[in-house]
Amino acid sequence: MVQRILRERFCHHHATGKPFGIEHQYRHLLELLKRTTVHGESNSALIIGPRGSGKTMLLNHVLKELMEIKQIRENLLEVHLNGLLQTNDKVALKEITRQLHLENVVGDKVFGSFAENLAFLLEALRKGDRTSSCPVLFILDEFDLFVHHKNQTLLYNLFDISQSAQTPVTVIGLTCRQDILELLEKRVKSRFSHRQIYLMNSFDFKQYIKIFKEQLSLPAEFLDESFAQKWNNNVQHLSEDKTVQDMLQNLFHYSKDLRSLHLLLMLALSNVTVHHPLITASDLHEASKQYRMDSKANIVHGLSVLEICLIIAMKHLNDVYEGEPFNFQMVYNEFQKFMQRKAHCMYNFEKPVVMKCCAALCWIVAVHRHKQLTCQTTCLAWSRKFRKRTGLVRHLNTYYNWS
Amino acid sequence: MPNLEHPAYPAATLLRLESLVPCRESQVSMLLSIFGERQQFTFPSIFIYGHTSSGKTYVMQTLLNTLQLPHVFVNCVEYFTSRLLLEEILIQLQNCSFETKHASHVLCDTFNDFVRMFKQAVTSQDLQDQTLYIVLDRAEQLREMEANILPAFLRLQELTDRNVTVVLLSEIVWELFRPSTGCFEPFTLYFPDYSIGHLQKILSHNHPPEYSADFYAAYINILLGVFYMVCRDLKELQHLAALNFSKYCEPVVRGEANERDTRKLWKNIEPHLKKAMQTVYLREISSSQWERLQRDDGEPGQLKGLSAHAHVELPYYSKFLLIAAYLASYNPVRTDKRFFLKHHGKIKKTNFMKKHEKTSNHLLGPKPFPLDRLLAILYSIVDNRVAPTANIFSQITSLVTLQLLSLVGHNDQLDGPRYKCTVSLDFIRAIARFFSLLHLKEGQSIGP
Repeated sequence: MVQRILRERFCHHHATGKPFGIEHQYRHLLELLKRTTVHGESNSALIIGPRGSGKTMLLNHVLKELMEIKQIRENLLEVHLNGLLQTNDKVALKEITRQLHLENVVGDKVFGSFAENLAFLLEALRKGDRTSSCPVLFILDEFDLFVHHKNQTLLYNLFDISQSAQTPVTVIGLTCRQDILELLEKRVKSRFSHRQIYLMNSFDFKQYIKIFKEQLSLPAEFLDESFAQKWNNNVQHLSEDKTVQDMLQNLFHYSKDLRSLHLLLMLALSNVTVHHPLITASDLHEASKQYRMDSKANIVHGLSVLEICLIIAMKHLNDVYEGEPFNFQMVYNEFQKFMQRKAHCMYNFEKPVVMKCCAALCWIVAVHRHKQLTCQTTCLAWSRKFRKRTGLVRHLNTYYNWS
Repeated sequence: MPNLEHPAYPAATLLRLESLVPCRESQVSMLLSIFGERQQFTFPSIFIYGHTSSGKTYVMQTLLNTLQLPHVFVNCVEYFTSRLLLEEILIQLQNCSFETKHASHVLCDTFNDFVRMFKQAVTSQDLQDQTLYIVLDRAEQLREMEANILPAFLRLQELTDRNVTVVLLSEIVWELFRPSTGCFEPFTLYFPDYSIGHLQKILSHNHPPEYSADFYAAYINILLGVFYMVCRDLKELQHLAALNFSKYCEPVVRGEANERDTRKLWKNIEPHLKKAMQTVYLREISSSQWERLQRDDGEPGQLKGLSAHAHVELPYYSKFLLIAAYLASYNPVRTDKRFFLKHHGKIKKTNFMKKHEKTSNHLLGPKPFPLDRLLAILYSIVDNRVAPTANIFSQITSLVTLQLLSLVGHNDQLDGPRYKCTVSLDFIRAIARFFSLLHLKEGQSIGP
């Protein structure tokens, strides 16, 4: 039961509870939308913030609150577009038609241009026995992908309408790119109202701990009151535990956004069963370790001894020649020299065997191919691991001493 | 005592599951705890990575089939364009439900249509309360498709507003997948490679019934000892184990040794395995050829792979041509005068040479040379007079066809064709053994 509620909260992005630390932005957006829907003003705004900072969540909250007002609920038309789904303007236009439920009206008409089509749609909205048409809200998720369409026609037309036309139209874009305004064309930028709402994850560590507590706590309406009480007490206890705080501090320094916190909490939550009903500090520590596993180190661990020797050879070449490209022959030479130095256990492999290993390695390790069919590896980032690895190779050599 | 416990699934099923996935219990239990109960939400996307044959596909399939969770399993190499992939997912979705009897063809061009049809498909079935899993194997191919496919799949739960989880299986780490502007981060799970103990356990699992488990285990031990340093791939090791087992059993079959004479068996099998490393492991000879060789019990020296050079017999002048080509490729032009003329002067080392002394010419690969230079070197190394007849030129062309030389540059180059020598020093040495050119070679092959 607990699992269900908390999993929904963490994984399903249901807007539960109030968002934290963004009251100012919330009010701003709410004002804006109210002006469109109630007073008939056209507007445009961009919500900018890094990934996971809560842009979509903010918008959904505001919409939910707006929908509680009867007048708006009956009048407002929403069109949700997403840059990932509508990859070009034609698809976007069809999607708009579909979401406004105007497919029948459009029928088989052929339009000369995008603008004509859009104007027709908005005109059609008007014809529903009203003197003025309903306000339309365009929400463009992944706004930065729309700017890569040809001529930015969709954006141009939407902003154009929001500046000029009679129908009250609000265009809200959500993006993670800070430099989004530079990507807009001049004519599009001039029609945009330059209203930007920033969501910068601007909470400090104390608030972060509070958020942690709040996210884990069960809501008041939970059925089993005594269990809920126990659970919430446990959460309180956890948030005061020094080790848990250290771990949260680590995570906070790495990434402030709530998405990573949710991932961590979800992992810890998945250990909760009937036999193990409360989350413990060790659960959180396990989850933290799992979350922060170094994937490259893992992959290197799984390579065979020969492949590790080849990586060491490549790294050595990289260091000696300062990043110049090298080919298989050079790696093999380096490998031979390496074998001669540490001659005790590994016998010399034939060249084709080494070549097969090298080919497999290139595939896994993202060794980049230079244009003249020589390879350059990017294992510079693994330099710290290599001091450990040479030790490991020696250790491996003694372990697999076959002769 | 079963290791895997979960309240949502019956214990008998879990026990069966555990028997099917040896040495992977911890990964399976983690997956089970993440999946939770059938109707609970889980991570919108999970990324599982691990080396080849570390069991990712197998474990995923076994888990989903044994627990009968609704799923769609697609291999991204098989459905290599976005359209094929999306259509296949929709077709398999139709098969998932019990209502539709036959799979009608769906037309799905873009991800937009996919989301729409997906939403329809899921609502119309009894999948509404269960988590649907979409498993994409070889997910690194997703990077090659359109740029929106990967981020859209990672967010599929949000885009369709349904209870669906996308699982990506790959050999490559997540850092190499991440798009430049970021995306929804999946939960990453690592499938560690099998340790030598695990490999031993798994390989000994399928022992042929005629022999005891201990006997087979000893054989696997020997096999791992030879091959483990080079290759940890379970599939390859299984292949090698199957091929070489009959040879291993030979002494027992012939009656020379019984099952426990490990020393004798080891002495019998060891050179065999070393040969196998050079031939079957490298896929130079096919496994059927290998088996035939074993049956005939041929001489060890007769084993020839594809790249063995003894089988290429060249005419007299072709051999010289090839040696001349090698010299032309690997010696810099300015040393020609020194090596090939009777009266030569000393060559002064310039600054340029001093800087680049480190990289031996051998390592950098062959350099192209014009035809005239080849002929000039040829005339100087052949003792008697060679006439530039069409015979010689046609031999050059046949060397190109044999891919011992390669033509560099365009066909209709006006200055004359340029070639490059594509054979290695060992090959040339083998050829040169026919002539007493060895003393000449020693002086010439070593670069500055």
